[in-house]
Amino acid sequence: MAAEVALPGAAAGKGRAGAVGDLLFRHLTFLFALLVLLILGGVIVALIEGALPALTTFGISFLFADVWNPVTEKFGALAPIYGTLVTSVIAMVVGIPVAFGVAVFITEICPIWLKRPLATMIELLAAIPSIIYGIWGLFVFAPFVQQYIQPAIIDTLGQIPGIGALFAGPPLGIGVLTAGFILAIMVLPFISSIMRDVFETVPAILKESAYALGSTRAEVVWQVVLPYTRIGVVGGILLGLGRALGETMAVTFVIGNAHRISTSILQPGTTISASLANEFTEAVGDLYLSSLIALGLILFAITFTVLAIAKFMLLQLQKQAGS
Amino acid sequence: MNLYFRRRLANGIIMTLSVAATGFGLLWLVLVLWTLLWNGVTAITPALFSQMTPPPGSAGGLLNAIFGSVVMTLIATLIGTPTGILAGTFLAEYSRGSRFGEVVRFINDILLSAPSIIVGLFVYELMVVNMGHFSAWAGAVALAIIVIPVVVRTTEDMLNLVPDTLREAASALGSPKWKVIVMISYRAAIQGMVTGVMLAVARIAGETAPLLFTALNNQFWSTNLNAPMANLPVVIFQFAMSPYADWQVLAWGGALLITITVLFLNIGARALASWGTFKP
Repeated sequence: MAAEVALPGAAAGKGRAGAVGDLLFRHLTFLFALLVLLILGGVIVALIEGALPALTTFGISFLFADVWNPVTEKFGALAPIYGTLVTSVIAMVVGIPVAFGVAVFITEICPIWLKRPLATMIELLAAIPSIIYGIWGLFVFAPFVQQYIQPAIIDTLGQIPGIGALFAGPPLGIGVLTAGFILAIMVLPFISSIMRDVFETVPAILKESAYALGSTRAEVVWQVVLPYTRIGVVGGILLGLGRALGETMAVTFVIGNAHRISTSILQPGTTISASLANEFTEAVGDLYLSSLIALGLILFAITFTVLAIAKFMLLQLQKQAGS
Repeated sequence: MNLYFRRRLANGIIMTLSVAATGFGLLWLVLVLWTLLWNGVTAITPALFSQMTPPPGSAGGLLNAIFGSVVMTLIATLIGTPTGILAGTFLAEYSRGSRFGEVVRFINDILLSAPSIIVGLFVYELMVVNMGHFSAWAGAVALAIIVIPVVVRTTEDMLNLVPDTLREAASALGSPKWKVIVMISYRAAIQGMVTGVMLAVARIAGETAPLLFTALNNQFWSTNLNAPMANLPVVIFQFAMSPYADWQVLAWGGALLITITVLFLNIGARALASWGTFKP
């Protein structure tokens, strides 16, 4: 309110004064709307400008090189990109089914009086700052994983020929799997709240028809709700993926910050955002700094694409619901 | 009969899994909050609020970090709120159906979910490089950029809930459009707009990534906005990753402070949003 209080005096007079006020106010709001676009443009320009030295030095091979050596000034983005993708995939594998379960529970099973508080509690998971997940992951969750979960995984899954290599190595607690799991908890509320929203858009008459034909709840969810909301569900998942890809602090605490690609997901790794958080302020040399900014540019390009697709899908659903 | 039983069984299994998933989700909320309380409560002492961050191995508090966080959050809110409200006003009141409005809305939604560390990089390039040093101003601007999309979104949503009949009634009385917006639309939507600002503040209160390269950190008491400034999230990051027990205890204390603030703001915002809600 504060910014607009000064204006009323200007139009106290006649209708003409109102027209001037209108013009001013319209253009004022337009300028600030333009600012939103300028911020995005600024981000793109700043990142490209900062990344240019690294990109011209290493060229396209920056994307595919698995080296990260500040001493010899050889940098490649493959290990952080790999880590970013793997942790996000783990987060999705764990997070999507749980988010789906939560959304189904809230929309289909839960008594009405419990809906609101339950939805709020799940959304509070999203409100907790990521650094809290980080410190919790480092001091509470990682030791637990090291003592109970990883030994069990190594003894069972790690012994299977073929995929066993994925689960090999000593139980360190921190590592790619732990980071992915914490990411799953963090994106769960985002995905489930969107799934819930799109599930609510299913016309009651469709569901009632299915029930009238004798369907069970599971069949209604599977054969009526899901097909109807398919686009929205995928959009929600992609939105969660966008979050997981860029998440910084929670991952930085528990991933172990090792610039290497391990076959085993129990071993330490790094992600783009974790590399930035750990190394940026300590980076000496322009090329080192520029390589880190180039990592940021890659992250931005990936998340922008994922989020844009997600947004398009959700918009499409909105139009479908509107028509 | 066999088919009937199979369908009942499948239903039972899926519904049980769904209940289990909800329990699983809530379990983490309880676990995180419980361990936070368990470890953080012992750190909440008068010294936490009255002493500066200590060097390794000695006792101290978080006063400078708390101060820095409050200052930067405040400045960011002061910059971000009017900006967001005006841009949101444009989207809801002036750009109905226009191409430009659609683009802004789309970009704003992307900024809303964009990784906050990217915002840190942007402000680093924009301010830190040009000014030649880290500063609290840069930190505040980075946080403001995170506030803006949240406020734009909630302002637009809330203004869209205001019934057009209200606007038409005011226009019919001869009121110019800007007056309709300020005196009618804003008044009708103020509750939701305040909610949006509270959620935005809650969002930046714990943001760490954008501050790492902008405000950096400061061991000492500083009120100079042109110099690096201590802030809770970065101090927690630094102290928690350190091997010193004293520092780790302080990190837990700071983490508890932030979480209480954020949850309080969130629950407050929700209570405000549902209290005597304006029903179109």
